[in-house]
Parts: sequence; C-alpha cells; structure tokens
Amino acid sequence: MIGTCVIAFIMVLAPLFAVAWVSFFDNKIISFPPRGYTLNWYVAAWEMERFRDGFLTSLKLGIVATLVSLLVGVPASVVLARGAFRGRELVQSILLAPLIVPGIVAGAALYMFLIEIEIATGVQVAMTFGGLALAHSLIALPWIVRLVTASLIGADRQLEEAALVMGARPLTAFWRVTWPVIRPGVVAGGLFSFIISFVDLEKSLFLVGPGSTTLPIAIVNYLEWSIDPTIAAVATVQIVVIAAGLIVGDRYFKLTRAF
Amino acid sequence: MSQITLNNLTKQHGDVTAVDRVSLEIKQGEFIAFLGPSGCGKTTTLRMIAGLTMASEGNIYFGDRDVTYLPPYLRNAGLVFQGYALFPHMSVAQNVAFGLEMRKIDRTEGQRRVMEVLALVKLDHLADRLPRQLSGGQQQRVALARAIVYEPDVLLLDEPLSALDAKLRHEVRSELKRLQSKLGLTTIFVTHDQDEALSIADRIVVMSAGKIEQVGTPRDIYQRPETRFVAEFVGLTNFIVGRVGAADCFHATGGEKLVISADGCGSGITAVAIRPEQINLREREASGRDANSLANSLQVTVEEVTYRGALTEFVVKTNSGLQLIAHRQNDDMSRSAPPQPGDLMVASWPVAATIVF
Repeated sequence: MIGTCVIAFIMVLAPLFAVAWVSFFDNKIISFPPRGYTLNWYVAAWEMERFRDGFLTSLKLGIVATLVSLLVGVPASVVLARGAFRGRELVQSILLAPLIVPGIVAGAALYMFLIEIEIATGVQVAMTFGGLALAHSLIALPWIVRLVTASLIGADRQLEEAALVMGARPLTAFWRVTWPVIRPGVVAGGLFSFIISFVDLEKSLFLVGPGSTTLPIAIVNYLEWSIDPTIAAVATVQIVVIAAGLIVGDRYFKLTRAF
Repeated sequence: MSQITLNNLTKQHGDVTAVDRVSLEIKQGEFIAFLGPSGCGKTTTLRMIAGLTMASEGNIYFGDRDVTYLPPYLRNAGLVFQGYALFPHMSVAQNVAFGLEMRKIDRTEGQRRVMEVLALVKLDHLADRLPRQLSGGQQQRVALARAIVYEPDVLLLDEPLSALDAKLRHEVRSELKRLQSKLGLTTIFVTHDQDEALSIADRIVVMSAGKIEQVGTPRDIYQRPETRFVAEFVGLTNFIVGRVGAADCFHATGGEKLVISADGCGSGITAVAIRPEQINLREREASGRDANSLANSLQVTVEEVTYRGALTEFVVKTNSGLQLIAHRQNDDMSRSAPPQPGDLMVASWPVAATIVF
C-alpha cells in the first residue's frame, strides 16, 4: 500500500523535479552530469521576447478567461443547482461539453467559426486577443460550472430557506448565507480555470496570431529548433506559478473542502 | 404571537393534490401537532404557512393579516428545520442575531435579546462557538433560539426531535413544552411520531392523503378516533369487521357476537375497534361455564407472547380465526407465570371501551 503510494508520488513528482533541476545546469546542451549550476537560463528566457510576451499573454489570457467564465458560470450554476425547469439537463450538458470535445477539434471548429464571423462582418476576430480570450473562456467555463454546482448542491438548500423565513430577502440570503458556503468552490473553480487556460496548447494552436502567442505555444515553437535549459527554465516558471496559485488558494479558501 | 387561521388551504403539484382544502383555527398560544405518515401533506402545510411553498388555493391568516401571497421574509414566522439548517460559518450568537439584524434592530438591543434567549435555552456560555462544535441537542436549541428571538407570530417545528437519540428526545420534548407554555408561543409541530404528538400537543391534527382526518385533544384522538385511519395510526388497535345483527348487536364476520353499546346499536356500523390495553385475558373456568354468555367474552388460544418491559403483548386467536392483540401491565411481581402459547384463555373487554365505525 505505502509502496504503491511512493511509486505514484515518484511518477508524479520526478519529471517536475527533473525539469527544475535541468533549468539550473550550466550546459549549452542538456546532458548529464552538469558542468555546474547557473541562473543564466532564467535571465535568458526573460530576455527572449517570445517567452516574455508569451508569459504575459498567457497570464492576461488566464485572468480574462477566468473572470469571464466566473461571470457566466456562477449565475448559471446557481440556476442549474437551484432551479427546476425544462431542459435543465440539456443546459448543464452544453455547459460541460467543452470538457468532452478534444481541444484540437474544438480549436479548429472555433477557428472556422471566427473566420465565418469575419467574413460576415468584416471585423477581424480570429488571431486576436479577443478571439483567444473567447476560446479560453470556453475552456474555463466547465470547471467553474462543475465545481460551483457541486458546492451549491452540497450547500443545504434549507440554509437559504431558513434565512428567508428569518426575514432575509433572496439576495441578502444568497450573499450572507449561500455565498460564504460556496466560496471555496468558486475560488477552486476560478483557480482551475486559470490553470487550464494558462497551460492550454491545443485549443490555442489555430487561434494565436502575431503578438498574441501564448507561453505553451512559444515553448513548442522553440522546441522545434533548439533544446537547451532555457526551455526548462520557462517550464519551471510555469510550474511555480501554478503551484503558487494552488498553495495560496488552499491557504485562504480550504480548497480541499470544495471537492 | 397571533391566532393562525387556515382556510381551505390547498396545494397541487400538477395532478397530485398534496394538501386538500385544509381549514383550521389555531388559538393564540396553542400547541398544535400535525400528525400523519410521510407524504400526508403535513410538511407541505407547514411550508405553506412559512411561505416557502406557495398555496394553490385558500388563505392563511396570521391574526387578521392575510399572508397567503406574502414571501417568507415578510411573514414573521419562526421555523426550526428537521436538520436545523444552522449557518455553518456563523457563531451561535450570530446565528441567533440573524433575524434581528434583518429587522434592523439596534445592535446593543439585539445583543441583549440574543443573550436573553440563549440564557432561556441554557446556551449563553456557548455563544461564540460554531455550530459544528456543538452536540445535536445543543444545535437543536440554537435552532429554536434563532426562531423565537424575533418574536414571530407563529413558531413552526418540522420534526425537530427526529435527529436526536431516544433519551435526549424525551428531555428536549419536555423542555420544548415548558418553554412554549412559558412564552405563550403559538406553535405548530409536525411529526409522524404519535407518542410525541400525544405527549406534547394541546390539540392534534391527524392528516392523511392531504386531508385532515380528525382534530382533537390527545385524549379525543386516542380514545375517540373518528375514522378508521386515526384509530389505526394512533396507537395499536384491534379491528373487528362485521355488521349489525338484530338482537345481539354486532356480529363479527367470524360469527362472534359483541355488545358494543349499553343502549343498543346504531345501524350502518361495519367495524369496531378495541385498544389492546382494554382486553383482559383470564383462564377458562374449570366449571365449564360458557364464556360466550358474558358480554364481549371470547374463547381464545394464545398464539404469541412478547415481553416488552412495562407490558407483555399477547396475540390470541378465536376458533373462527379472529386475531386480537392484548396488553397486560407487568406490574404484579407475585403473579404466577404468564400465559404461554397454546394456552386456552378468555378475552374480554368493557362495552364502554368499544370504538365503533
């Protein structure tokens, strides 16, 4: 039992540590053993425009996509979890559908859709930050809906009813009673949305344009031509950003309770 | 606190009528129990009074105020849920203060009232705890304090004791009753437990299939059930089906002749009921005197004997196959060994104890 756990942990963590380790190697070509250790690859990565811009684009994209999908997803989840109406299941399936469709397919479909809009309106949307943000909102939305509906279903309906009977208007009841109970779910949903958007490769492939390349795509592009510890440094930064998000989130919102 | 009036209150879910023309007047300060099996409409009625479920037809009055179409937050009712529904992120004091806050009661005045009501339920020392740090019984008292602190027109209790264990339930029950009469709370208590209803309520409303079967004091409900449903649901009852015969009053389908009333039988009686504790079992007399010559005495064979602590339950059967349940108090320590399965006995009961339908 413990042995299995150890093996699983090693399988999960070893590649992460390997990447982080390599990023400090003082070798031009990744090879063992390292000649020495250096921080130069981090400096180099930041000095390369494609990585810096990619990082900033991905960061912006993750934040925008998370905000948009929170704005759409939280109210939608409230209705899905609390309302009883015709077609509820259908709406839920549609909101969760982006989870099922392979990213590359969805990306291609979205690309064609945006091109059609361009043809119809004459406004460029494909290969813009806006189009990319739309795509990433779609990636993020199912996570918000999933986690927020789950926490709403976990939050006893009777809490709201008790508040209503005690004299709270529906909005007050939601804000004072439901919101504090589902907040971990919302934060967890938001965090996952951000991470999923931040690391997305497939869906973005068709949609990035000049000046709006995301970090994962910048990494892939770079890897096609060269392999040196710069890439490890970039990847390590990516891992650190995600890990920091998870740790901070858990510290303040007890994410573990959202599952 | 006010008088509560329900007038032809009806709730329909599609084709199903969950509550069917319920009319009832509840006096100020009265303790009413809605008693019935699950699905009888008692909780739906309670929710309609609270405003959580909208009535399809009929009216609800708190005093002279027609609240039928008011949302719950404008009704001024207090409600204790079965699962208490305490706000998990608020302390005991914050939970209790919630209703006062919603009524914009001044903070210091609010605090005073919170501590007052917490003292009343003996929880003033736990005001800063979170609900999950309390025992079930304590949570129940917080829920109660929270519902009465803002002086509601009516206190509604939805099976509030069902989550407690048997001993605690008994304690909380008497505590609730004491508090209710001390504060003069108009109270509606929903339960499926007949013991609870009988012991706590001023009047019981027995419901079945959305309709009121009978309204009466616990004594009325137990001793003079008006319908077969009430007799069956409240307490254990022996039913004897038959018809009114010419001279001998009531003829059971098995042929037993029963006297059901001192001044003759009315017509149209199709069944009689006798409570198990009214049936007396004695040994057949050796003299061979015909037991059937006495009023309401039947020769029976003991089928089953169950020891139940304070009493012993006997299942007995006549030759014609009529089965009766009889209870005997286990009070007499000197009494010889109780009847055993297979023993031949005489079962008899007073004419006045017969309930007719």
